[in-house]
Amino acid sequence: MTSAPVAEPGAAIGYRARAGWPRRLAAGQAVPVLVVCLGILAIWYVAAVALNAPFQRDAFARAKASPTTLEFVAATLAQDRPVLPSPHQVAEELWKTTVTVRPSSKRSLVYHGWVTLSSTLLGFLMGTLLGVALAVAILHSRTLDKSLMPWIVASQTIPILAIAPMVIVVLNAVGITGLVPKAAISTYLSFFPVTVGMVKGLRSPEPIHLDLMRTYSASRAQLFWKLRWPASVPFLFTSMKVAVAASLVGAIVGEMPTGAVAGLGARLLSGSYYGQTVQIWAALLAAALLASVLVAIVGLADRIVRRRMGAPA
Amino acid sequence: MTRRSPVLAGAVAFALAALLLMAMGGELMTPMLPVAALALAAAGLAAMRLPAWRGWLMGLGAHGAAFALLSALPLLAGHLGAAFWALVIAAWLGAWSFAEALSGARLRSGMGRRALDLAVPLVFGAWILILWEILVRGLGVPAVLLPPPSAIWLRLAGSLPTLAADFRQTFLKAVLVGYAIGCGAGFLAAILVDRVPFLRRGLLPVGNLVSALPIVGVAPIMVMWFGFDWPSKAAVVVIMTFFPMLVNTVAGLAAASAMERDLMRTYAAGYWQALAKLRLPAALPFIFNALKINSTLALIGAIVAEFFGTPIVGMGFRISTEVGRMNIDMVWAEIAVAALAGSAFYALVSALERVLTFWHPSYRT
Repeated sequence: MTSAPVAEPGAAIGYRARAGWPRRLAAGQAVPVLVVCLGILAIWYVAAVALNAPFQRDAFARAKASPTTLEFVAATLAQDRPVLPSPHQVAEELWKTTVTVRPSSKRSLVYHGWVTLSSTLLGFLMGTLLGVALAVAILHSRTLDKSLMPWIVASQTIPILAIAPMVIVVLNAVGITGLVPKAAISTYLSFFPVTVGMVKGLRSPEPIHLDLMRTYSASRAQLFWKLRWPASVPFLFTSMKVAVAASLVGAIVGEMPTGAVAGLGARLLSGSYYGQTVQIWAALLAAALLASVLVAIVGLADRIVRRRMGAPA
Repeated sequence: MTRRSPVLAGAVAFALAALLLMAMGGELMTPMLPVAALALAAAGLAAMRLPAWRGWLMGLGAHGAAFALLSALPLLAGHLGAAFWALVIAAWLGAWSFAEALSGARLRSGMGRRALDLAVPLVFGAWILILWEILVRGLGVPAVLLPPPSAIWLRLAGSLPTLAADFRQTFLKAVLVGYAIGCGAGFLAAILVDRVPFLRRGLLPVGNLVSALPIVGVAPIMVMWFGFDWPSKAAVVVIMTFFPMLVNTVAGLAAASAMERDLMRTYAAGYWQALAKLRLPAALPFIFNALKINSTLALIGAIVAEFFGTPIVGMGFRISTEVGRMNIDMVWAEIAVAALAGSAFYALVSALERVLTFWHPSYRT
């Protein structure tokens, strides 16, 4: 490897030394991501030992035991209610509550995950439909564009999640319980990104394309279905990715403050009441997994639809 | 606006219908209501003849009618009939027509156009409040479900000390401290990560993933670790704001083009010089994007974290306890404060962005 030519234009980019396989692997994405994940895991273990050590030291002192360092570390990673549970404890709890327990039982994370997932999906569906409908209305009415759009943008700066407990209690008071109140919060959180993204998307066709449609004397409906709608599809999927994540957050927060009995949020809450840290972390990890799977599914749908529409892969 | 507006025609039709119903009698009325209906109908008819005056006419007519309706509410509550509601619809359509005229108006001066852009949404917001007030009080919706805006305003004005204490606890302590630490740490981490290309490739996908996760879920853990007072809320805010800042800054540091970087190299600029003079300024739009996202996230994080246990002060605490006591007007007052604080915070960051990234294409006119 020689030193890079200094003053040539473009010397800084695309410069790859010819090298062996380790370097080529490192230039990809899989290996760095893997290394970062392993690094996070290692930090987690170290932090678990460090955070759990004071309690363990007390426990050994009380038992008048003098453990070796190895025994001490092993004990910090196997506490019943650790300050920070070790990764394998969380994995064990996840395994126990998903695979070994019947999915219909109250102790199963599959059951709780399903409760959260169903309200997430319902809210996401309603939020997306509402968001698209609002975007279409805004596109076609100058008055709505001028009056409603600023409020939609401003409402993103408002901590809307704060009204979650009220929505749930109020809807309960009217006699609406169960899935719908949580889904209402998810709807609320997920329709903003869709509306904003879709307005941008429906306006994305270039003037030249609009002019072409006009020379064909296309009607308003034709203009919409043949030009604006297809042009907005990439925007739709991008905002749907944001919306589905927001929808899950809405569902979880909707389960938290109201003493709900089922769902990942309720699991977090009961874990925090009874000091079951392992349970909290397991629920948290399950929620994270759910979020990444949902985002990945939307991403996959995006790719499939794009290929169907003939976009370059 | 040359073509005929169905909204204007609707307003006139409903105003005339209200007049007709009032003339038929049998419904309790204040003297102001028929006058308002007549004025609205006349304004509408005149606006049809004189399209240039539509904004003025309908603005006066609709808001006069709204005033009459609002002042009639306490006297007539419980005896509202078809005439009243017809006038409500007429006033609403009139206001719509007013907004239509405003948004269709073409002004030459830049100041006037900006004022108009502000006025249209304000009219819209005001009418949401007016309709909310009329509907809730006219239909007798119980205050436990949805209090009218006037009650919320009274409660807001009446409990300022409580609200101020909550604001201090949640916003000035938890949000600001957490925001500063989270954004600062994310920024520093991004600069470190940027020096190691391997880490950059590995951390970006992970960071993007984490940004989509329901991080608010760490709230119970933070409350366990840092206790009930504000440090635990600040910790939640730190975690929530860290990753958006990290991901955006890393992306921003890569934003300077190869040409510009090569130029820096021809100047024999060192790493720090290139960072300070080229790459950080080029990254500013990305950094501000993160700062704006985080300003909302921070408030959400602090409020939600308070649902898991607080001392007896704080916005999230107030919301969850007052919901339990069915004091919904207090909850709305707290939400109003939160909304105001959130928007003001966001506006402040945006204003700062405008000052610091004045060179960016999106701000050049």
